[in-house]
Amino acid sequence: MDADDDTTGPAAPPPEATDAPSATVAAIEAVWRIEAARLIAGLARLTHDVGLAEELAQDALVAALEQWPRTGVPDRPGAWLTTTARRRAVDRFRRERTYARKLEALAHELPAGAPGADDLARLDEDPIEDDVLRLVFTACHPVLSTEARVALTLRLLGGLRTDEIARAFLVPEATVAQRIVRAKKTLAKAGVPFEVPQGPERAERLASVLGVIYLIFNEGYAATAGDDWMRPALCEDASRLARLLAALMPDEPEAHGLAALLEIQASRAAARTGPSGEPVLLADQDRRRWDPLLIRRGFAALAHAEAAGKAAGAAPGPYTLQAAIAACHARARTARETDWRAIVRLYDALALRAPSPVVALNRAVALGMADGPAAGLAAVDELSGEPSLQGYHLLPTVRGDLLARLGRYEEARAEFAHAATLTRNARERELLRSRAADPRGGVAGTAGGGTTGGGGAAAHTGR
Amino acid sequence: MRFMSLIRVNENGAPEGGPSPRMMEEMGKLLDEITKAGVMLDTAGLGRPEETVRVRSEHGKLTVTDGPFAESKEFIGGYAIMQTKSKEEAVEWAKRFAAVHDEGWDITCEVRQVEEPPAG
Repeated sequence: MDADDDTTGPAAPPPEATDAPSATVAAIEAVWRIEAARLIAGLARLTHDVGLAEELAQDALVAALEQWPRTGVPDRPGAWLTTTARRRAVDRFRRERTYARKLEALAHELPAGAPGADDLARLDEDPIEDDVLRLVFTACHPVLSTEARVALTLRLLGGLRTDEIARAFLVPEATVAQRIVRAKKTLAKAGVPFEVPQGPERAERLASVLGVIYLIFNEGYAATAGDDWMRPALCEDASRLARLLAALMPDEPEAHGLAALLEIQASRAAARTGPSGEPVLLADQDRRRWDPLLIRRGFAALAHAEAAGKAAGAAPGPYTLQAAIAACHARARTARETDWRAIVRLYDALALRAPSPVVALNRAVALGMADGPAAGLAAVDELSGEPSLQGYHLLPTVRGDLLARLGRYEEARAEFAHAATLTRNARERELLRSRAADPRGGVAGTAGGGTTGGGGAAAHTGR
Repeated sequence: MRFMSLIRVNENGAPEGGPSPRMMEEMGKLLDEITKAGVMLDTAGLGRPEETVRVRSEHGKLTVTDGPFAESKEFIGGYAIMQTKSKEEAVEWAKRFAAVHDEGWDITCEVRQVEEPPAG
């Protein structure tokens, strides 16, 4: 079903509706956004099957779309959806029990794990939040492909429709629908239990959850393809998921770390693009346009991450470290006042915790700011043979930037031109071409070309 | 999208003893839920309405007046800033907030979109 039909075409409104049906449909969609995760999570515990839970929830949504335009939205719409979906679940179990009994006559056994009245009773005892957390971990299970984890997370936890996910990721709706169907099958086939993993598995599973949310944010923050520099709605979806996760796992430092990172990165949204949509690098951003509310929230989440880390006796994890780096930028009133030494130290810690060529590249950028472009260039050149950075546009971008600051403009020009051929983002390509045309100047349309040295900061998490 | 819900309280619709324990509990649960949903960005209650100070610029004439103001029938009791997918979602949360108030209350949640600066 596609609840959006009513707002886009004349065909869908139910003929019997007397009020403005599109308004009701919008209200129903709003209820869905709020209730979807909890509804599906509660049903998943009941059915031990996330796919089935989602179908039952969708059935309830369809019922709401049929009835509410006539009857009005009920006072407790969440309870209505839950009751409707549970009733359908019970109907289905009954059918299956009958079927199972018939089978039993043949096989002399009932299917293991078939839910019943006990599950219904238990559903009201355990807090629903535990179920939502189980749903998060199930949707992000490593048995699924990354694309499937992302689609399932947005669908089950974010309450997004298939067409919305498709639009956000620039893929056909059928592809997303297929991905979700396959993901649900994979989960069922692998017998993935509906639980929050404990023990040795836990760290890897949590990393997957954090990674999926971060990926959703980044997809919105800097589109990897196409002409849109930003798809802010995805960023907001990811921020919302990160806040949800931090609330559900208050003792988990990295959940707060991720939330902090996303709040601070999102705080720069308005400053990241210029009047004609071109990207503005961190050093050139008008910091008055940074959102103080989100920065404040980011600082608060970072403080939670650090406190939770201390309580657990754990060294800061990668998201907390990246959030701390983002916080360094947020604290600096001007690019010049940035505490680059602190940032180098944080990248050192990050390189220990989560070593990667990209982290090393970012460290080189910070070093170039703390100790000058020659030091930065030396660090970058150590990475030039790194196979995973071949074809990565930010390596020549950073190198070009440092060369330009050293006055080696011809070499800088070549680096920017090379970088422009590597990026998939149209806006970024334009920016790089303009820098290739004029390696002395800064970013078109921004003041203070002399500060574009920090432009290499485009490489790091805090673009 | 961001919305601010301004909570306007009718002065005849604010019970002397303040919110009942039941209402406080329900309100706490709801605020917790909105926060955990990742929707609530900021919220606060405001101080005593009779201590309001009005600073007004009326066609170039500046006046500062201390409360209480006999003529006001309502005051702003608090606010919430929410990040939602739609206006309807913000309205739905406001409905839930309004619904936890006891019978003696007369409040209005005024839900307004917060203008966010366009990029560039």
